[in-house]
Amino acid sequence: MFGAFDYQVVIRNLHILWDGMQITFLLTGVAIVGGILFGTVLALMRLSRFMVLSFVAGRYVDAFRSTPLILVIFWFYFAVPIVVGQPIGDLYSVLIAFTLFEAAYYCEIIRAGIQSIRMPQIHAGLALGLTRWQTTKNIVLPQAFRNMVPVLLTQAIVLFQDTSLVYVVGLKDFLTAADLVAARDNRVVELYLFTAIVYFLLCWLGSLLVKRLQRQYAI
Amino acid sequence: MITVDKVSKWFGDFQVLDKCSTRVAKGEVVVICGPSGSGKSTLIKCINGLEPFQQGAITVNGISVGAEGTNLPKLRASIGMVFQNFELFPHMTVLDNICLAQTKVLNRNRAEAGERAMQLLNRVGLADQAPKHPAQLSGGQQQRVAIARALAMDPIAMLFDEPTSALDPEMINEVLDVMVKLALEGMTMMVVTHEMGFARKVADRVVFMDGGRIEEDAKTDEFFGAPRGERAQMFLSKILTH
Repeated sequence: MFGAFDYQVVIRNLHILWDGMQITFLLTGVAIVGGILFGTVLALMRLSRFMVLSFVAGRYVDAFRSTPLILVIFWFYFAVPIVVGQPIGDLYSVLIAFTLFEAAYYCEIIRAGIQSIRMPQIHAGLALGLTRWQTTKNIVLPQAFRNMVPVLLTQAIVLFQDTSLVYVVGLKDFLTAADLVAARDNRVVELYLFTAIVYFLLCWLGSLLVKRLQRQYAI
Repeated sequence: MITVDKVSKWFGDFQVLDKCSTRVAKGEVVVICGPSGSGKSTLIKCINGLEPFQQGAITVNGISVGAEGTNLPKLRASIGMVFQNFELFPHMTVLDNICLAQTKVLNRNRAEAGERAMQLLNRVGLADQAPKHPAQLSGGQQQRVAIARALAMDPIAMLFDEPTSALDPEMINEVLDVMVKLALEGMTMMVVTHEMGFARKVADRVVFMDGGRIEEDAKTDEFFGAPRGERAQMFLSKILTH
């Protein structure tokens, strides 16, 4: 069987796989940045004194956390063009879906991070004459994000793996690219083995980084 | 300068402050003591509006703390506060801790703020610690930085909430020394503390609280001298025998 094992197929098609990997990286990157930014807004809304804001943010988080990601991807793929009135392309629909979906998860991580900051720290900021927002921005959020770095990264690793689900709408990410090559050249084992190794290595390196950061930030 | 008029406060059903009244004149040093849970810290936090209260009135320099429309950040910027657990910002250097509110609230530029910060660090004997982070400092040093941070706002009065309770014994004096100097320079001070030596040395008046009520409000020598209430006597006999 191994006589038929043709690892050259991977090397020959490396440029296709690399194109796919760039989509995967783009998706992961946009969803991390967009998710954390929007997630921070959601978290601040959830913790707000204004009931309406915290209610809206709370229901948003509930809705996305109780829906399978694959359904959200489908949903945005078909629904967004209807709402916008024109096709927006699979890449954009997927970018929006991931950002909105991840924001719900990041919201909860960030909320926990913000709540880990003790009340006297906030009092110290207010006592100096800082406004509530200045205290949040200069004292609460920087400390909260420091505490959160390992959890945020862990979520990013999960997200990186989850991007492979865009397979269902045919967007050519790393996995879809490998799948296309595998089908075309009839080299399923080689390609799937290669993708598995790549996913494993990247995630494993990521988790090593998390462990390092955890030691570094431990107080 | 500070007047507290029949202030009452409840946490749910539990009354923490019961018609507390006292006043602090400009340049006066008032020590507040009493058993734990007597409402001392809560009272002092009401004065700069960190804790809301339901009844009564507090004015600082003529401005009502509890009133609607009072610019609380502006009011707080004029009152320094020092906390039991220092509450330096751990993610900033000592210098940045002292500069933050100067630049954000008083709109001083970075150079002015830095200069004022170094001046105050010199005063508390910690100029060489400016680039360090709070975690690298001892408790006593952190509390002196916290005092410098409050003074950097050029406050008209200073509130101290048990400033030495979290300190190891050998560090208490370095903080008290800074506070004594401040008192002798004429700073208006309200100090929640059990350090009766400090009270005797610099306090003009001592307020004794118990069960959310102000039980005694007397000149320092009267408080430590002859007539006073039974509870205050018991409290004093407990803490002075050590």
